[in-house]
Amino acid sequence: MDFEDSPEEAAFRAEARSWLEKNAKPREKSGRGLGLFEEPGDEAKMVQEAKAWQARKADGGWACLTWPTAYGGRGVSPVQSVIWGQEEGKFEVPPNIFAIGIGMAGPTIMSHGTEEQKQKYLKPMARGDEIWCQLFSEPGAGSDLAALRTKAQRDGNDWIINGQKVWTSGAHYSRYGILVTRSDFTVPKHKGLTYFIVDMKSPGIEIRPIKQMTGGANFNEVFFTDVRIPDANRLGEVGQGWQVAITTLMNERMTIGGGGMGAGFGLADLLSYVSSCTAYDGRSAIEDSHVRQRLADLICRLRGLELTGNRLVTALSQGKMPGPEGSIIKLAMGILLQELGAFGMDISCANGSLYGEDAPLKALWQSIYLGSPAIRIAGGADEVQRNIIGERVLGLPTEIRVDKAVPYSEVPTGPRAAA
Amino acid sequence: MNFAFSDDQEMVRDAARRLLSERSTMERVHQIMDDPTAYHDQPLWEQMAENGWIGLAVPEEYGGSGLGYLEACVVAEEVGRALACVPLASSSYLVTEALLLMGSEEQKKRYLPELASGQMIGALAVAEGGRLDPQGIRLKSQKDKLTGTKDPVTDALCADVMLVAARTSEGSDGISLFLVKKADEHVKCQALQVMDQTKPLAKVAFDGAPGELLGPAGAGWALIQQLFDRAAVLLAFEQLGGGDHALQMAVAYAKERYVFGRPLGSFQAIKHRLADMFTKLELARSNCYYGAWALSKNAPELGVAACLARVAAGDAFEFASQENVQIHGGIGFTWQADPHMFVKRARHLEYQLGDRRLWRDRLITKLGYPKAG
Repeated sequence: MDFEDSPEEAAFRAEARSWLEKNAKPREKSGRGLGLFEEPGDEAKMVQEAKAWQARKADGGWACLTWPTAYGGRGVSPVQSVIWGQEEGKFEVPPNIFAIGIGMAGPTIMSHGTEEQKQKYLKPMARGDEIWCQLFSEPGAGSDLAALRTKAQRDGNDWIINGQKVWTSGAHYSRYGILVTRSDFTVPKHKGLTYFIVDMKSPGIEIRPIKQMTGGANFNEVFFTDVRIPDANRLGEVGQGWQVAITTLMNERMTIGGGGMGAGFGLADLLSYVSSCTAYDGRSAIEDSHVRQRLADLICRLRGLELTGNRLVTALSQGKMPGPEGSIIKLAMGILLQELGAFGMDISCANGSLYGEDAPLKALWQSIYLGSPAIRIAGGADEVQRNIIGERVLGLPTEIRVDKAVPYSEVPTGPRAAA
Repeated sequence: MNFAFSDDQEMVRDAARRLLSERSTMERVHQIMDDPTAYHDQPLWEQMAENGWIGLAVPEEYGGSGLGYLEACVVAEEVGRALACVPLASSSYLVTEALLLMGSEEQKKRYLPELASGQMIGALAVAEGGRLDPQGIRLKSQKDKLTGTKDPVTDALCADVMLVAARTSEGSDGISLFLVKKADEHVKCQALQVMDQTKPLAKVAFDGAPGELLGPAGAGWALIQQLFDRAAVLLAFEQLGGGDHALQMAVAYAKERYVFGRPLGSFQAIKHRLADMFTKLELARSNCYYGAWALSKNAPELGVAACLARVAAGDAFEFASQENVQIHGGIGFTWQADPHMFVKRARHLEYQLGDRRLWRDRLITKLGYPKAG
């Protein structure tokens, strides 16, 4: 048992670090907010910088490391990809706005796409020239994704799409979207779905930003009115959209989950912040027994998550398929971040109510607190993760379903959806 | 990165699990629990000794297996899983460790072979009136004669030798450790009523009992802290094993028990609770592995790692043992069923070396922020 790199891994790490040193600035210690919930001041500039960084990585051979070289990758092992991520995290780099493309759409196209589709989409995706978004959830279909009702109707060599998608991060700056639609309302819900790649510049697409509880607007609702998609953009067979979507969702769980407090803010920063705060008796908060107890519990869980990540990497490096760690990490992380945010606000005493520039650490705690529900809901809500752990890991039977065997058009929907 | 036990260590685990699942069945644990004269499972102890599992970390020159702490952690997890009624923590993680850490060469040669072979059982006597702080130690040593009372002392009833913390002068540097033979006529051992009847506790009275100094005089408290860090990791593995068994028991019951015409485990109210038990246990497992690594490497991180393992495993075992009772419903509340034995073992282990309150505070201290004054 050790934390050391193998000689091969160490060489790869050194190579990555040396490239990064030549191409990026080391990250400044502390004081920086949590990348995950940060609102970019100037979004257009952020997108431009992110694209430039991704292109530079791709040209240097450091993009989409596990992908085959033919599609813009490097064909290395998942462990080497993790090593790259660890090293890149130490540098001041733009936020990753390519996760939906590279992390989810890419692997889905590789599994289900035609060779022509792979050739057309994967390389520009890897290079960050084209950003992708995910058009899955709808107002009436979230955790129950297969309940979606955006309609796809065949018209010669095209499909005509009508309906509404929601919670679409980055739709407004994306070139393409992955879209699941209902092409047949007369068969059971999982059997009538068809999956497409949609050009976000198509006529009939309207994108409206949604303001979140954090005050920011990272995601959108997307309306489709008679949008035409050529049949060549279909991914998988007609009616097989659910199977294709499952591939995307499996990859999504690997994409969300990591992160922790953000690369710029570590355990030492947390402890030093607590000791800089004053308890209600005038002593340093780190002297307060109750604070110490709460803090220790939080640290224990944070370290537990990090170390679970190490077990995941170990399994990968031994060539094993990752186990349930992805679901565990995602489930535990969202809840922990919410409590961590509350803790940071509590020890700030009356300043806990502040926000933005006026709040301690530029509202690090408030951002974590208000942003963590997104972690708990997106990419399979806590409740979905618990089902996954219960059914796939512990082997418990599934819940009885009333919607699986009947035609979609006969599935009860409740008064709101029917109206 | 290789944050897992090796294949060889997993083989030790398999062997331990196989033996313990045959010899330390739930029926056997019930038997020990219901027998007021049984202080531990002596046949199991002898079998474990024969397999070399008591002195795993003891070098071969002192009669041990000469393997190491990673193997000891693996066996500890299996002992915890089986709720094995053996004085492994007292004798191996504490008294044997104390001798390895601070014994003279002569003491090591005299005590370790017997301890490693299980022929001698050790017990650690620190608490007095339940207190575990240095000021609480009033038992006095004058010219290596010990006078005072220790309570509670785990496994004193089956022990042959006790490691006793005694006051040699006032102040926190006035504590020294002594080895005392239980058979001495100046030692009186009285069983106490306990919640977990598979883990005997006793009140031990010393009336001028001769003690043999272990380690430097006056360094006792510092040595106890060192000992606690090391034992905490191994006890955390026992907690992890117990928690995992409680979870597996609850899962099995949730699959076989039908309510409202379908398996209990198909209801999300139950499934989600089982998922939470699993998640807590997996995070605890990661923290325990870190403890195992630090212990095996004697790493500077051991102090922090011990706290992490102890807090996480304590949380996970407590949660899993309680929820296992809940998921079993009425039958889970009965004496005849197994779940209560896990609840009681979780509580017993919690109070060995101090509860989580102590280990949480210690974590912040070890991270560089001791509490002033």
